[in-house]
Amino acid sequence: MTDTLSSWLTTDAPASRRQAVLGNLYRGGTAILRNPTALVGLIIVALLLLAAVFAPLLSTYSPIAQDLPNRLAPPSPAHWFGTDELGRDILARTLFGARVTLTIVALVSIVVAPIGLAVGTVAGYAGGWVDAVLMRITDVFLAFPRLVLALAFAAALGPGIENAVIAISLTAWPAYARIARSETLAIAQSDFIQAAVLQGASTWRILFRHIVPLCLSSVIVRLTLDMAGIILTAAGLGFLGLGAQPPTAEWGAMVSSGRDVILDQWWVATIPGLAIFIVSLGFNLLGDGLRDVFDPKSA
Amino acid sequence: MTTDSRAIVVASPQRRRFAATLAQRIASFIITLAVTFVGLTAVTFFISRLTKIDPVLAVVGDKATKSAYDAAFRALGLDQPLYVQYLIYLRRLLSGDFGVSVLTSRPVLDDLLRVFPATFELSTIAIIIGVAIGVPAGVIAAARKGRWIDHVIRIVGLFGYSVPVFWLGLVGLFIFYGRLGWVAGTGRLDVFYIDVVTQRTGIILLDAALDGNWDVFTNAFSHLILPASLLGYFSLAYIARMTRSFMIDQLGHEYVTAARIKGNSFWRTVWRHAFPNILVPLITVIGLSYASLLEGAVLTETVFAWPGLGNYITHALFNSDMNAVLGGTVLVGAVFITINLICDLLYKLVDPRLRAR
Repeated sequence: MTDTLSSWLTTDAPASRRQAVLGNLYRGGTAILRNPTALVGLIIVALLLLAAVFAPLLSTYSPIAQDLPNRLAPPSPAHWFGTDELGRDILARTLFGARVTLTIVALVSIVVAPIGLAVGTVAGYAGGWVDAVLMRITDVFLAFPRLVLALAFAAALGPGIENAVIAISLTAWPAYARIARSETLAIAQSDFIQAAVLQGASTWRILFRHIVPLCLSSVIVRLTLDMAGIILTAAGLGFLGLGAQPPTAEWGAMVSSGRDVILDQWWVATIPGLAIFIVSLGFNLLGDGLRDVFDPKSA
Repeated sequence: MTTDSRAIVVASPQRRRFAATLAQRIASFIITLAVTFVGLTAVTFFISRLTKIDPVLAVVGDKATKSAYDAAFRALGLDQPLYVQYLIYLRRLLSGDFGVSVLTSRPVLDDLLRVFPATFELSTIAIIIGVAIGVPAGVIAAARKGRWIDHVIRIVGLFGYSVPVFWLGLVGLFIFYGRLGWVAGTGRLDVFYIDVVTQRTGIILLDAALDGNWDVFTNAFSHLILPASLLGYFSLAYIARMTRSFMIDQLGHEYVTAARIKGNSFWRTVWRHAFPNILVPLITVIGLSYASLLEGAVLTETVFAWPGLGNYITHALFNSDMNAVLGGTVLVGAVFITINLICDLLYKLVDPRLRAR
């Protein structure tokens, strides 16, 4: 049974589009599992997802319930990672913080990838002055200092997750436009695009049905590599008090709250910081591995 | 002295075309710089419009009469169309008028110039650390590709990419200041050393050395070394990774094999033959990470209470001092953009493969 399934998946002559797609997924999946870097990264990211989904089940404490008599308690069997300055369980807050981090990462991805794809593919396919203008704009945004601009934006709009997402997205999209453009330039030359043009396909159809799907893989690899940077910027904004607002558990803000007591109660700042570190390490490892698997040229 | 074999090959016909395109490139550089600066100021202008703080009230105070308010409204040009307001803003910026800081009630430009040396000192020491360790690490990793030392350097680099700088700063303070006492704590100097040396450059190490006051120098150094090492670590990660990939590319060339066959030792080939060829892209990489250090300093300075640009901006942020925030953003942005584009230009000018495009 497994033999027939794997030979059905890896056949050179797929009988249907579904078989071809599943076969590609299978080959990619096994390549990732065989790459130790990607595998470790994948496990960490999977753990993050599980922590975010099952946070209420994994911890018996509420992330926002205060317990002042027990404030700044060191790690113990009752509170594995101790409690913070308001007596809140740090394990619970760290687990629930995974939700905030995932929200930010997901929102930035769904804002940044479509904008980058749209700008890049249109610029690459249209060429001429459209290309020149769009790429100039992209270069302008690419040259901006990311964190400082995000700071100014968050300061003007007021603190909060949505504004942090807007601020990060504003400085993150140009990289995707560049990637999509260079992919489009290569794809637009190929024979099957010419064939589609001759068959009378409209420009929009060629862009969205033929070119965009082919750009997706490099955009996704780049997105994974960027995740760590996005998480670190978001945590930095949170640390400065410009991210999620209290009492929401956000890792950057949690580190900030442990700042004053770092010399005596080290666990308050250390645990959420470790969480940021491990998660961005996970995304970096996964991104590195994905690049090795799908894009060996640039590794 | 080793020469780049490719540079000789491209000498005569392309040299002339290169000279012709040089003027073009510089013109295009200036245009890009101008466009990018207009873009940056347009964004900061847009941000200043987004704030809920009324700029008129900031000038006249909240007890002003209606007519005084209207007069100030017109004096600030707020009755003009938006693009005229932007042009007014741009002209003010170009003449060095960044507005007055609400917090310090001094011109923002004066404040920025006062705090800039602290950031400059920190990021310069940091980039020195980053280059001194990152470049050799990258070269060794490339020369020993796939061996254990390569993996160790890769993992150290990956950690640098993944660790939040503000958190590492806190942990560093906890361990090296709190527990071990090897370094001094936050700030640039201990309290009793402040204002001891004459301010010449604002760079304390230099001022102390010029005064010959080595007590102050040592104290400043023990304050500086921890934040500078941390920042240096982040640029080290990037520099080592880029150096490694440049070197791997070079070591694959045939001239390396030729040099080895002629009897050069392995490390001599690596350092004397291959390494000089990566200097150009490497300088670009170092320039870029220097620019990003200016930015990275924002969080580090906050953790270490380092009285530089980053600290100034975040401090202004919490006191709704938008003039100071935007002035700081424009300054960091302008420095960042200029270094970025100069590196880009340098790269295109010196690398023959990029001249054709």
